[in-house]
Amino acid sequence: MDKTVSDLATAVAGIEDGMTLMIGGFGGSGAPIELVHALIDRFRATGSPEGLIVINNNAGNGRIGIAAMIDAGMVAKMVCSFPRSADPRAFTEKYRVGQIGLELVPQGTLAERIRAGGAGIPAFYTPTSFGTDLAEGKPVAEFDGRMYVQERWLKSDAALIKAELADTMGNLTYRKAARNFSPLMAAAARLTVVQASKIVRPGGIDPEQIVTPGIFVNRIVEVADAQQEEALMRAGVAYG
Amino acid sequence: MTEKLTNAQIAWRAAQDIADGAYVNLGIGFPEMVAKFQPPGRQAVFHTENGVLNFGESPPEGEEDWDLINAGKKAITLKPGAAFFHHADSFAMVRGGHLDVAILGAYEVAENGDLANWSTGPKGVPAVGGAMDLVHGAKRVAVITDHVTKDGRPKLVKRCGLPLTGVGCVTRVYTSLAVVDIESQRFVLREKLPKLSLDVLQAVTGAELLVDGTIGDLIVPEV
Repeated sequence: MDKTVSDLATAVAGIEDGMTLMIGGFGGSGAPIELVHALIDRFRATGSPEGLIVINNNAGNGRIGIAAMIDAGMVAKMVCSFPRSADPRAFTEKYRVGQIGLELVPQGTLAERIRAGGAGIPAFYTPTSFGTDLAEGKPVAEFDGRMYVQERWLKSDAALIKAELADTMGNLTYRKAARNFSPLMAAAARLTVVQASKIVRPGGIDPEQIVTPGIFVNRIVEVADAQQEEALMRAGVAYG
Repeated sequence: MTEKLTNAQIAWRAAQDIADGAYVNLGIGFPEMVAKFQPPGRQAVFHTENGVLNFGESPPEGEEDWDLINAGKKAITLKPGAAFFHHADSFAMVRGGHLDVAILGAYEVAENGDLANWSTGPKGVPAVGGAMDLVHGAKRVAVITDHVTKDGRPKLVKRCGLPLTGVGCVTRVYTSLAVVDIESQRFVLREKLPKLSLDVLQAVTGAELLVDGTIGDLIVPEV
């Protein structure tokens, strides 16, 4: 078994118009920026994919990554907890004129909805958001004297993820706090695409250190010396 | 308005109630200041929603590792015994009742324990982050805040007028003038600045302050 592909364009092949796309990362930590930019490259060359529903904690920062996808006009809707950042222009400008949709989800609910999607649990109850505007229209129920809100799973057509180490079977480790949503998204997507700083042979990662087992991963591409989104942001880089 | 505590002093007072070894989440912004004022000999373990336990201060400028950040997206460092985990585990810690204390900021706190701290209304781009999760699950949910808004209106109110973050969730409020507990849906005054009269304090508070036993003096060093 070898899930590696040779280049970024091949890695993101099959992500098409109107799909739901999970993108790992919390701010710049764990953002798979090379995969995102490969998707933007295809859009610029072919006009596709567009009309995407993107699931991420945030809604882009500056003029790179998800913000550059939004700028390019590829994103119909964001599902996120915090669509603000140091430089939120890309999302804010389109949101104000109604050119992009927003489903605002509390951060822990977002994580658990994705986890549920990957785990085959269609709905669950959480205390989060009970009695607030974000619970409007959702079923509620009492358990042991406390009120809870019903939330539904989130699944996606594809996920883009940044890992530190991968083996050719798709087993993954992550760097520091960069794992955040990625292990959950890997399980919740039909097609999970990973960029890894280094790809090793099976057995090259101690099984006790593996965070995401390869069963959740479909494609891996090696991106040595991967860029860090926050560092690019601070350097004022714009993509394209 | 009479003299009042600075934000740093409010944070200092809140820090005095955090036990050694407590697992603590500090909200983004002003609450982060609480970490600086742990009493000597006590060490809390700080949790950040994006997946780190036992993190420390920001590194010097130029030494940031942007894969190692907190929920406010500031660069952090690790203390010995730190741990990384994914978001579902992180919010299991939050909702599952594993944190001892969460300390948050507030626009309004109501006497029934309702908190409004995420939205000032329908204008602009709404953003919630982990605020609605954090108010559920921690054994104590405390608020640190100025006693009144910038234009002098009470932040401790009968009922919140702004969009709620959580219902009946706050247990203690540390303000620039007083320490107030929320018990049985009422404000109970625990401490106030020594020179401040109860009448003056009540006049800048939007709901009745009950007195149960003695009122302690809120004495905070210059910090």
